[in-house]
Amino acid sequence: MFRTARLVAAKDLRIELRSRVVTNQVLPFAAIVMVMFAFALNTDAVVERVAPGLVWLATLFSLLILVQRSFAIETADGATDAMRAAGIDPAGIFLGKALALAAELAVLEIVLLATAVILYRQDLRASGVVLLVSTFLAATIGLALVGTLYGGLAAGVRGRETLLPLLLLPVVAPVLIGATRATEAALGTAGAVVADGWPWLGLLGVFVALFSVGGTLAFGPLIEE
Amino acid sequence: MQLSNAVAVLGQFPVLAGADLTVHRGEIVLLQGPNGAGKTSLLRLFAGLLPLARGEGTVLGCDLRTNRESIRKRVGLLGHANGLYADLTVTENVRFWGATVGATSAEVDAAMVRMGLAQRLAKVPVSKLSAGQKRRTALACLVARRAELWLLDEPHAGLDATGRDELDATLREATAVGATIIVASHELERAGALATRLVEVVGGQIREKAGSGGSSASAAIDESA
Repeated sequence: MFRTARLVAAKDLRIELRSRVVTNQVLPFAAIVMVMFAFALNTDAVVERVAPGLVWLATLFSLLILVQRSFAIETADGATDAMRAAGIDPAGIFLGKALALAAELAVLEIVLLATAVILYRQDLRASGVVLLVSTFLAATIGLALVGTLYGGLAAGVRGRETLLPLLLLPVVAPVLIGATRATEAALGTAGAVVADGWPWLGLLGVFVALFSVGGTLAFGPLIEE
Repeated sequence: MQLSNAVAVLGQFPVLAGADLTVHRGEIVLLQGPNGAGKTSLLRLFAGLLPLARGEGTVLGCDLRTNRESIRKRVGLLGHANGLYADLTVTENVRFWGATVGATSAEVDAAMVRMGLAQRLAKVPVSKLSAGQKRRTALACLVARRAELWLLDEPHAGLDATGRDELDATLREATAVGATIIVASHELERAGALATRLVEVVGGQIREKAGSGGSSASAAIDESA
């Protein structure tokens, strides 16, 4: 399973390095979303207050594009079918694709966080660094796992482009809430303290545990159907 | 490979309706029949991708009803799609598919040499290849996967004369070392010269062509023409 996961992740990342979809399309898209939020909210105080939530909303919108892209490369020339026909371990495919997606998301989130610090005047505090890094790590893994699971589900059906957001966004609501609250605590937004963030990180941990086990078990039957 | 009174359905539609067929190791069997007759479904059944709804079936000693996963690892299916990644080079594609079964670099190189891909095409992205070159790359992936049973759906499609000759030589070599090949093709002259048996698929049922049990199925094709 882990050997397959490594192969699939390496393949997906190599394809990304060649096509540069993340750097040339998804990153600019996410940056534009952040700027548009600032235009829409207009007032500095409001923007500074909601900045952590905006970072995670922009991440979710970009996740939809990344997941669509991740499965488009598989369905374009029948590679999903070829993987099934080759008897490749579905759990390995799931973990590999989630790993590659997590790496792409991580790059995106670093840029979004930097944008929030510059554009929305967020402070990076030394006392919140551990919570911030842990939150980004857990949320990234959680989003990658659930994105891969639902991407696999939507990949085989007609109208997948519209179906994916419909299926995925409600499921990732706990990540949006947990990651936003924990990020607020780490950055001290609106007087939040670091201690407030740890329970939310716990929620993200439960989410990751659920979807890593559930996704590994469910991905095979999903792509089989 | 053995099928006895095999029934397979797609949705509510029976694509195979009581099919009987026995294929021995080392044979090259040509499936002939009109569009929609059930040739592709028969290949997918043998590949373990289509469930057996009724009847009996074994492939490489594995029961088609209970052990489809084991069959897939030993079977290579080349359908209408090639299962290639457009952004990866020819070498990277063959290496990826070979690696899924633990093929060595030497085996991957040999597969590429066999299909005439080792020279100027090796580092070319698949997106830049012609249809025939993509087909050759897909076949090289199959060679690298060391399949025991090759299931080929219109394998000559898109290949030029040289590519077709190379494919035929590869298939003959594969059978010489114990592989079994089932080919669905409308190109009866080319595929018939290669096949050791001709089988007709009509309305989801299988009919053995008279006089097709010799070294070549050409005579049976001439007769049917």
